[in-house]
Formats: sequence, structure tokens, C-alpha cells
Amino acid sequence: MARPVSARNRRIRRVAGTALSLALTLLGLLLVTFIIGRVMPIDPVLKVVGDRASQAQYDAVYQAMGLDQPLAVQFLRYIGEVLTGDFGRSISTGQPVIQDIKRVFPATLELAALGTFIGVSIGVPLGVIAAARRGGWIDQIARVVALVGYSMPIFWLGLMGLLVFYGILGWVGGPGRQGIIYDGMVPQVTGMILVDSLIAGDWGAFRDAFSHIILPASLLGYYSLAYISRMTRSFMLEQLSAEYITTARVKGMSERAVVWRHAFRNISIPLVTVIALSFGSLLEGSVLTEIIFSWPGLGQYITNTLLAGDMNAVLGGTVVVGVCFIGLNLLSDILYRVLDPRSK
Amino acid sequence: MSETELSRPISRREWLLSDAPQSRRQAQLGALYQGWLTFRANKLAMFGLIILILLFGMAIFAPWLAPQSPFSQNLADRLQPPSAEHWLGTDSFGRDILSRLIHGSRITLFIVGTVALIAPVAGLLIGTVAGFAGGWVDQVLMRITDIFLAFPKLILALAFVAALGASIGNAVLALALTAWPPYARLARAETLTIRNADYIAAARLQGAGPTRLLIRHIWPLCVSSLIVRVALDMAGIILSAAGLGFLGLGAQPPMPEWGAMISDGRIYILDYWWVAAMPGLAIFIVSLAFNLLGDGLRDVLDPKGAKE
Amino acid sequence: MSTPLLSVKNLCVTFASRRGDFQAVRGVSFELGRERLGVVGESGSGKSMTGRAILGLVRPPGRVTADRMELEGQSILNLPERRMRKLRGSRISMVMQDPKFSLNPVMTVGDQIMESYRLHAGGGRAAARKKALEMLNAVRIRDPERVMDTYPHEVSGGMGQRIMIAMMLAPDPQILIADEPTSALDVSVRGEVLNIMDGLVRDRGMGLIFISHDLNLVARFCDRVLIMYAGRVVESLPARDLHNARHPYTQGLLRSQPRLDTPVERLPVLQREESWRSGELDPLPET
Repeated sequence: MARPVSARNRRIRRVAGTALSLALTLLGLLLVTFIIGRVMPIDPVLKVVGDRASQAQYDAVYQAMGLDQPLAVQFLRYIGEVLTGDFGRSISTGQPVIQDIKRVFPATLELAALGTFIGVSIGVPLGVIAAARRGGWIDQIARVVALVGYSMPIFWLGLMGLLVFYGILGWVGGPGRQGIIYDGMVPQVTGMILVDSLIAGDWGAFRDAFSHIILPASLLGYYSLAYISRMTRSFMLEQLSAEYITTARVKGMSERAVVWRHAFRNISIPLVTVIALSFGSLLEGSVLTEIIFSWPGLGQYITNTLLAGDMNAVLGGTVVVGVCFIGLNLLSDILYRVLDPRSK
Repeated sequence: MSETELSRPISRREWLLSDAPQSRRQAQLGALYQGWLTFRANKLAMFGLIILILLFGMAIFAPWLAPQSPFSQNLADRLQPPSAEHWLGTDSFGRDILSRLIHGSRITLFIVGTVALIAPVAGLLIGTVAGFAGGWVDQVLMRITDIFLAFPKLILALAFVAALGASIGNAVLALALTAWPPYARLARAETLTIRNADYIAAARLQGAGPTRLLIRHIWPLCVSSLIVRVALDMAGIILSAAGLGFLGLGAQPPMPEWGAMISDGRIYILDYWWVAAMPGLAIFIVSLAFNLLGDGLRDVLDPKGAKE
Repeated sequence: MSTPLLSVKNLCVTFASRRGDFQAVRGVSFELGRERLGVVGESGSGKSMTGRAILGLVRPPGRVTADRMELEGQSILNLPERRMRKLRGSRISMVMQDPKFSLNPVMTVGDQIMESYRLHAGGGRAAARKKALEMLNAVRIRDPERVMDTYPHEVSGGMGQRIMIAMMLAPDPQILIADEPTSALDVSVRGEVLNIMDGLVRDRGMGLIFISHDLNLVARFCDRVLIMYAGRVVESLPARDLHNARHPYTQGLLRSQPRLDTPVERLPVLQREESWRSGELDPLPET
């Protein structure tokens, strides 16, 4: 009976280790945003009281904001605030930052999720086939696709996409999430319009939202595809040269079964991490795309508030994206453990 | 006998490819030449190299190459399509886009060059010290590296620029701040494999102190893998820099920065496409060239990684 | 004499590379009956490549040519992939060196054995499971029910190799190629694994090609031995006549083995001669 106990102990210790390193990373994130907030050349008090406030008013606000306290105390206070979801009030919208983020985040999530879906559903098969037929024409295409993806500025490709598919061909909806007639017509449940319009059973709204999201999502999907197909290909090449692949061939399996049933099953585990990372980078990469497509998401929110010097909003948004990154890391870590029989 | 053999003139190529180099210098040059032969066989990499050489030439001779001043406005000629007079058209102030692109190459090279200098050097320092010192120094440094690695890079760069104010210098700083961690990891990994090698022990027995070991023995060996990584990262740095410029957080107007130029053309995209299209193409070609060069360099300097 | 199980004449495996063609196997000929044939040679002598060529597993840029390669009188030389697949596993099979690498790490042992059986015998999962359990019993694995659900990393090397044998013999092939089946194993379990393999091969009247670098092991275990050097068979003789070997390479190999009965201060180092690579060979005794 000694073995299961020690195994469980080991698992608990490993989970605790992961949790600790996540907590440290979060702490680091908050420290960095805190420091950025302090080195700002903009006086936060002036932003609140305005230029014409008296010295007494200024001092009152200065103290109310806790700026007279030592930095360590201010930092602890900052951590407390963030943990309770209090990022302060945005100067540009006049709303609490957390409210703003709740409003804009679903738009980004919807975009990044669809982008990742496109990237995975094309990138994974492309990478697998490129590796299985190494040097063949599909491999060459995959190489060019990835090379172009790594070299093209996303915002420029977005502009060109708008020009061609919206301006010239008229195949897709223009900037924004919805056409004017559907704006605000779908009852909000998740904040993701594709989902909400399905819940409401409003096909017109769904079609309209789809025609708006498909171009930016394909764009993000292309970047995720470039990365995912390269990674898939290199994982597959590694597996296909393994001995167990020869075993499968000796058994008399067809090449297709060798590739998909044996090799692919082995890469699906590291692939989970790649997909999680690529989803994270799309959350971030959507900053530029959202600007191009006037997409009312987190990226646009951060950029607009940044240009307005609205530091609470910028740092709040940064923390949220950072927390998403950390969460995705944790998620891929857990999935890895669940999926890989060797980690049990 | 040796007389005749020595007097036989050998070609420079033979001297370089000699199996038995007579001096350390000959051996080093020979290795370099071998690498060059491998690199030269890679047509795409050569293509990348040629483009980059042209880019350098363009940046150096910009004032002579550019048909017009990048700043001279001519509102009568605004938003002209590409023509014999303005090969790539004019922008909303009637400035010649080609001239602005040529001058903009200087800005691009400045940003990329500076980041590519700061980030790997910082990474090399942190990584090798962590790997060489081990213990708590390693723990602390690597924890910091991990924290930076877990950050969303572009957003962090945005926040930095927001705090420091928008300018080229701050954009470079922000990019370097987000770019060093992978180099630190790489340098640390290399250091860990080198640290316990016998020749390090031999150097130590000869009385070499830790600083000397680090500078003379460990750094030179980390450099080649760092160079490959830099070459492969260049394209990413160009794209990030252009992204910052596009958001108005890099070079300020009227500087002809390529990303900012795309941003200028954004509102005219449906009617005057060339204003945004041309600088985008320039960015694409340059980062493609860096990617091709990086692939080629990896084949030469890091044959293991080339297998993918 | 009836048609042999396998007949190979003048087998060549060539790899085209930038620096010209490289011949890994150069004109190998042999016949295999229901017997145990040992193939001995140093690494790079082409012994493994010979095994892979028989299974049609030489992949481009490798090229296989032969005057004859027949399985029970039927040519199997460069068959289309689809027809070769029918033979692989069901009529000719192979056990490789290290079970750590030759078993799929993310599939259970049971699934891998059942897959091997169902590929050729078809049938439902229940029948396959029964067969898999039977095979695990045959390789003397205790508690096969439990082993069915384990993953390869959870079993020892010796057990892994027995699982490998069970898997490869599940579709009842006629020929088993064993490519260094024990060199990755712990010395203590080698004998056991060999005995199990030997018993199964005999009981089923199979032909065995045993590829190894270990001359002693092959001499003890096989009926007949081929000695390969630089892609060619330099000598072929019954295992019991090994001490009468005539080729200098074989003699050199034998001399370089330590012997308990006549210990020597220093084992002689094998001196290779260029003539072994290209010189005329004695005509091989026809079997």
C-alpha cells in the first residue's frame, strides 16, 4: 500500500509546484504593471482633479489614492485591488475598468476562438501531410504559406483583405461586428454575437455577424495556421522516424493508418500546448487586427485608452491578457498530464 | 623534396580548404569558408542576403537614391497613383512614397539593429551567468526570465511605450525588454552543457578565474546559436516595430517609418490603395529576406536544428 | 527438396546520394527453410538492411534489386505497396532491437497486440482480445489481463520484448526476422526471451532469421550461419561447423572472442583487409 500513497504525494507536490510558479508569475506580472503605472510621466492625481484644483483638493486626492504611503504598501494595496477585480475607473469612459473589460472581452474571445479554430482545422492536417509526404508539393506549399505568414505584417494583410474582399468584391461585411440594422438587436447572453444570435434563433443576425467576423478571423487563422502547421510538421517528422512506426509498418498497416493512428496520436499531446499558445498569441495579436476592422474588443480598448493616456484602463487590460496567458499555460499543463499516459 | 613542395604555389581556395591548417588563423578562415560554401548552396538564403545588402545600400545612400525629399509636401499632387514621375505614387500630403520608403529603410534598420544588439547581449549575460553560477542565482534569474516569457509581448511593449511616451527610442527599448528572455534561456542551456566539459576543467586547472572562463571560453561558444536565433527573430522584430509604428507609438510624424506610413494610408485604403500597400510590401520583402537568411544561417551554424 | 520458404538471389540495396550511389547490400543470396538462420556481421555490414529489404521496408532514396526474391515460390520483389502490406505481418514479421522504442508509447499493450491480429484476421474485438491473451500466455506473461491495460513504459525491457514477440506472432506468420532482439535487454533476461522465441518458432514450424553481431549467441542458437561483411555474405556454414570457418574474417571474429578454456593475455584485434570487401568469394555451398 506504500506505493499509491507516495504516488499521490508526488502528484500533490507537483500540483503545488505548478500553483506556486503560477502565483509567482502572476506576482511578477502585477509588479511590472505596478512599476509601469508609477514611472508614468502623467500625474494620476491631476487626471482626477483637473488642472485648476486647489492645493488642498490635490493633497486630499493624493492621500485618498494612497500615494503618500511607501511603495511596498502601495504595491500590496494594488495586489489586493486587482484580486478583487478593482482596476480603478477609466478616465475615457468614466466606467470602472472591470466593467469595460467585461463588455469588450467577449468580442476578442469570439474572434480569437474562431481564428484558432480555422488555424487548427487547416494547419494540423497541412502539417501532418507535409511531414508524411516530405519534399512533395504539399510540403512546398506548407513551407511557402508559413514563410509568408512569418513575414507579412498582419495589419497590412488586414487592410489588403478589406480592400479586396469588402471594397472590390463585396463578399464580406465591412468593419465592425454587425451591420447597422442588426446593431443591438440580439439579446446579450454570452457577449459573443455568433453564439447569442444562435441562442436567439435569429438567422439573419447570425449571417450578418458571420459576414463581419469571417475576414478578421481568417486573417488571425492564417497566422495561427502558419505557426501550427510548422510545429505539427516538425513534431510529425520526429515521430515518423521513431522505431514504433517501423513496427506499425511491419504489422502491415497502411501508410494512412501509420500516420494518423500511430504517429498522430503521439503528437496530439505536445500539439495541445502549441494550440493553447497560439490561442494566447491570437488574443494578443488581435490588438492590431481589431484596429483595422474597428472591432470593439480588448485590443482596441487598450490601444484607444493608451492613446488617451488612460493608464488604469491600459494596465487593467494588460493584467487581463496576462492572466489569460497564465491560465492557458496552466490549462495546457493539465491537459498534458491528463492525455499523456507516461505522466501518470 | 620539401623545397619543391613548398615552392609550388597553392591557390587561395586550396589554402582555405586545407586538411592540415598551419595556423589557428588558417583554421578559422577555413571553417568560415566551409560555412560560406554551405550557405552559398542555399539559393533562397542567398536571395535573402542579396535583398538585405541592397537594403543596406539603400539606407546608406538614401539622400542620393531618393528622387525627392521625403518631407517635401505638394498638396496639388496629393494621392497620385503610381506614375512615371512618382513610381509608387504620392501620399495624402503629396509626398513621394518611393522617397519616403528609401529614407524609411534607415529607421527600420536602426530599430532592428539596436534591438538585435541589446536583446541577445542582455540574454547572453543573464543566461550565462545563471547557468555558470547555478544555485540561487540561477533560480532567481530564471524565474524572472520565465515571468517575462509568460507575458503577452506586444501588450507589454504597448504598456511600456505608453508609460515612457511614444518615440523611436522608447519603442526600441520596449521591444528589447520583451525580446531578451528566449536568448537568456538559450544561453543558459548552452552554458549548462559547456560548463562541465573537460576543457573547462582544464582551463580552470590552469588558474582561469570565473570571469575569464565566462568571457574567453563560454561566451564564444554560445554566440553561434544566438546568431541563428537573432537572424530568425529579426523578421519578428521588424513586424513588431512596424506594429508599434502603425499604432502611432513608434516614430512620430513626419518621420517616414514604414508602419506609420501604412497607418497614414489606412483611411484611404478603399480609394487610394497604394498609399498603404507600398510600405506594407516593403516590410514584407525585408522580413522575408531576414527569414530566408535565418534559415540559411541555421543550416550552416546549427545543423542539428536545421533538421526540424 | 521442396520449395524453400524464402529464396533470395543477388539482393542489392542501393542508396543514391549526392556523392554517388552507396551500396548497403551487395549481392546477397540465401535460402531459408523451416530453420533458424543466423546472420552475423558488424554494424554497417548490411545485415539489418537485408531484413528490411525482405519486408519491403526500404524507403526512397533506397532501391532494392535482386535476381530473385520469392516467398514459397512467389515473387515478392518490389511488389506494389498494397500487396506487400498483405504479406507484412501476416506472413513475414519482424522483432526489433529495443521494446522501449519499438512499442507505441501512447497505446496500451493490449490495443497494440489486438491491432496486429485484427489487421489480418479481421474479426471482432472479443476474438482479438482472446487471441491477445492467448499470445501473452504463450510468451509466459503472468497476469495477462492486467498487462493488456498497461502502457509500454510500465513494463520492463524483457517483458516488453516478450510483448513484442506476442504481437508479431499473433497473425501466425511463417517467417520471423529477429533484428538484434536481445542486445538492448538486461543480460539476465536474454536467455529467457530467446528460449521463448525459439520455442514458439519451432512449435509453429516457422522460419527464423536471427540477425546479431554476437557470433557465440548465433552459433549456439541457430542451425545455420551467414557471415556478412561490407554488404556481402562472405561465408555460409552450419553453426556446428563454425570452428572450421575458412574465411579470414570469420576466423578473425572467432579469435577475437574471449574463451574461458584457453584464456589469453590480450585478445587479438581483427585486422581488416581490403580484399574482403571486393575480392572473389569462394562459391557458397548450395543448401
